Amino acid sequence: MDGPLNSFLLLSNFVLVPGMAYGSQLAIGALGVTLVYGILRFSNFAHGDTMAFGTMAVILVTWLLQSWGVSISPLPTALLALPFGIIATIALLLLTDRWVYRFFRREKAAPVVFLIASVGVMFVMNGLVRFIIGPNDQRFADGERFIIKAREFKRLTGMSEGVTFKTSQGLTILTAVIVVAALFWFLNRTRAGKSMRAYSDNEDLALLSGINPERVVMITWILAAALATIAGTLYGLDKSFKPFTYFQLLLPIFASAIVGGLGNPLGAIAGGFIIAFSEVTVTYAYKKFLAYNLPPDWAPESLMQLLSTDYKFAVSFVILVLVLLIRPTGIFKGKAT
Amino acid sequence: MIKNFDTRAVLLFAAMFAALATVGFAQSWPLALAIVNLCLISAIMSLGVNIQWGYAGLFNVGVMGFAALGGVAGVLVSVPPVTEAWQAGGSGIGVSLMLAIGTIIVVILAARHVPPGNTRRLVLAAIIVAGIFLIRAFFDPAVELIEAVEPAKTGYLGGLGLPIVLSWVVGGILAAGVAWIIGKIALGLRSDYLAIATLGISEIIVAMLKNEDWLTRGVKNVSGLPRPVPYEVNLQQSIWFQDWAETLGVGVVEFSSIYVKLCYAGLFTIVLLIVLWLSQRSLNSPWGRMMRAIRDNEVAASAMGKNITGRHLQVFILGSAVVGIAGAMLTTLDGQFTPASYQPLRFTFIIWVMVIVGGSGNNWGAVLGGFVIWFCWIEAEPVGLWLMDVLTSGMDEGNGLRKHLLNSAAHMRLMTMGFILLLVLRFSPRGLIPEK
Repeated sequence: MDGPLNSFLLLSNFVLVPGMAYGSQLAIGALGVTLVYGILRFSNFAHGDTMAFGTMAVILVTWLLQSWGVSISPLPTALLALPFGIIATIALLLLTDRWVYRFFRREKAAPVVFLIASVGVMFVMNGLVRFIIGPNDQRFADGERFIIKAREFKRLTGMSEGVTFKTSQGLTILTAVIVVAALFWFLNRTRAGKSMRAYSDNEDLALLSGINPERVVMITWILAAALATIAGTLYGLDKSFKPFTYFQLLLPIFASAIVGGLGNPLGAIAGGFIIAFSEVTVTYAYKKFLAYNLPPDWAPESLMQLLSTDYKFAVSFVILVLVLLIRPTGIFKGKAT
Repeated sequence: MIKNFDTRAVLLFAAMFAALATVGFAQSWPLALAIVNLCLISAIMSLGVNIQWGYAGLFNVGVMGFAALGGVAGVLVSVPPVTEAWQAGGSGIGVSLMLAIGTIIVVILAARHVPPGNTRRLVLAAIIVAGIFLIRAFFDPAVELIEAVEPAKTGYLGGLGLPIVLSWVVGGILAAGVAWIIGKIALGLRSDYLAIATLGISEIIVAMLKNEDWLTRGVKNVSGLPRPVPYEVNLQQSIWFQDWAETLGVGVVEFSSIYVKLCYAGLFTIVLLIVLWLSQRSLNSPWGRMMRAIRDNEVAASAMGKNITGRHLQVFILGSAVVGIAGAMLTTLDGQFTPASYQPLRFTFIIWVMVIVGGSGNNWGAVLGGFVIWFCWIEAEPVGLWLMDVLTSGMDEGNGLRKHLLNSAAHMRLMTMGFILLLVLRFSPRGLIPEK
């Protein structure tokens, strides 16, 4: 009788918990992309590398704090370093806006020119990150690694399947809830947030009502920097930090934002979880899960894996294509047509 | 072609060749020729992107994928077939291929005959899932058998054993086929979506080449591809070549290297000239004028009865095919196929920098951009190293910062590319040789 329950625990361990954490990371990343798209009206190709830059800043401050012996164990020191990383990233994005994007805004350049400019920014940021911290893997997680270990879980419940819950996963989900709540409070309740939404909905009308566009753009970059740094740091804590991986995150993040509807914050969150869960469920090997639920002699011999993990990009891509074909504006109606 | 030449373009090209000659005199001629060969390939790739972006305004960031498809064509055409692997798993692969085609046909039939709605979705999903499991029942064992055949040396099906130059055509066709599929799906959507879709497909193509060991040997690489030009060792041993080197007063080893590189350069130049000539002809034809009309005002062109999506698909396929040809040429030059070497920054975005810097919409500009940017990409490293050396010369030899800066100098080239792109975009958005 324990079969179905054990199989549920198995799925929680390998699909539900990792999917929730990864989904939260993607959602926060996609929120940054979608905000920039909503206000500045271009797909920011430099977002992955902005995440890498923010995470790098956090890592450097973490190392500094660690060398001073500062610690907030059981929580990772990186949390303490996070505000500093956010400030550094805000400074970088505001400088980029002033030196690169503002010129094109004044020229009223086409969105694709912004997109190409963001490719240039991507190159520079990518080079900057590799220049400062190098192209290799960096681990910076410290403190208590697990909230629940598989073995403890088994001992407590007496089940044969354990559930591991890593601190980084718990932190990610918790942070995501806080960040999303704060962001929606900001967008819906504050004057600055409302002016942002007004500007995103109808630029001309917003300008007529005396909203200062430069201020709106500045707030957008500040939010984007904060979201990128948080998403990057959480991903780094959960897995590890490598500049190239962050560049590759661009694809699932864009897929999340587009699937949910570009320019729609709620859609970005939904999209993040859709992409994350599809990736995890499609690349999970169901052999053990089926063995628990089927009579013993039916148990499959192969791994019962739909797609090898090397093809996880394909999952984001296929979902993206399906949504574009069936509902081009995304699940929640976005701006793009 | 000639009458379109302006002095600015001539001067810029002259300056480019002077820079290459400087490398020849200051560093070495084999190095200069190696740069020239890659410049030629880059120029062809950037012509392909220019066809898409400059003619039609299509934003394709999947250049890497098409180049990799060209590269795999090099393997599939030139490597002799591995008979043992074919005997072991050839039939299994054949059966799964037939099954895949069968599944697609059944899906199409079902989509036509079952009335739309949730039932149809369920039926289609069921057919696809059943098809996947059925295919994999034949496919997985076959792959295992193939990969077990001398894994250290082969472990894949091999190719056709034909001359590698043929792969340049095959690479183009392969890339064109994939471009047709992507174009069918993603064209007609706004440019951002095409960008993301192409970015995704290129990642998937490279992931497949890395993991489908039975086809490409994956990350074990295929090396020692046959060459279209003589081998250095053979040249060095032949009498006529030694005599020739002596008359010219060059060392035999150095001369053989120069000779081989010159052969490649000759072949590549022929391809470049053909592609350039065709591009120029098409750009100046009614078709080219129509493409630019569509690019500049889709609504107006559509009102004139032009089929926008159809034309876009056409130009997308053509441009991707050119990139595929260049990808096959690159594998030919390298003499090996290394899937792990396909990186988006190196194969996609740098090509974009070439097109923008050279002058989008102008074929000569694209060629010049290919030369200039590849040259900067190669020379940024030694220059960066030298710069760091000068900057840190006041520091102590064992200084940590100095060591770090010297080690990181290699990453200067990414920043250089970014700065070049941003500067050109801002101060000379039409590029070095602007469109007429």
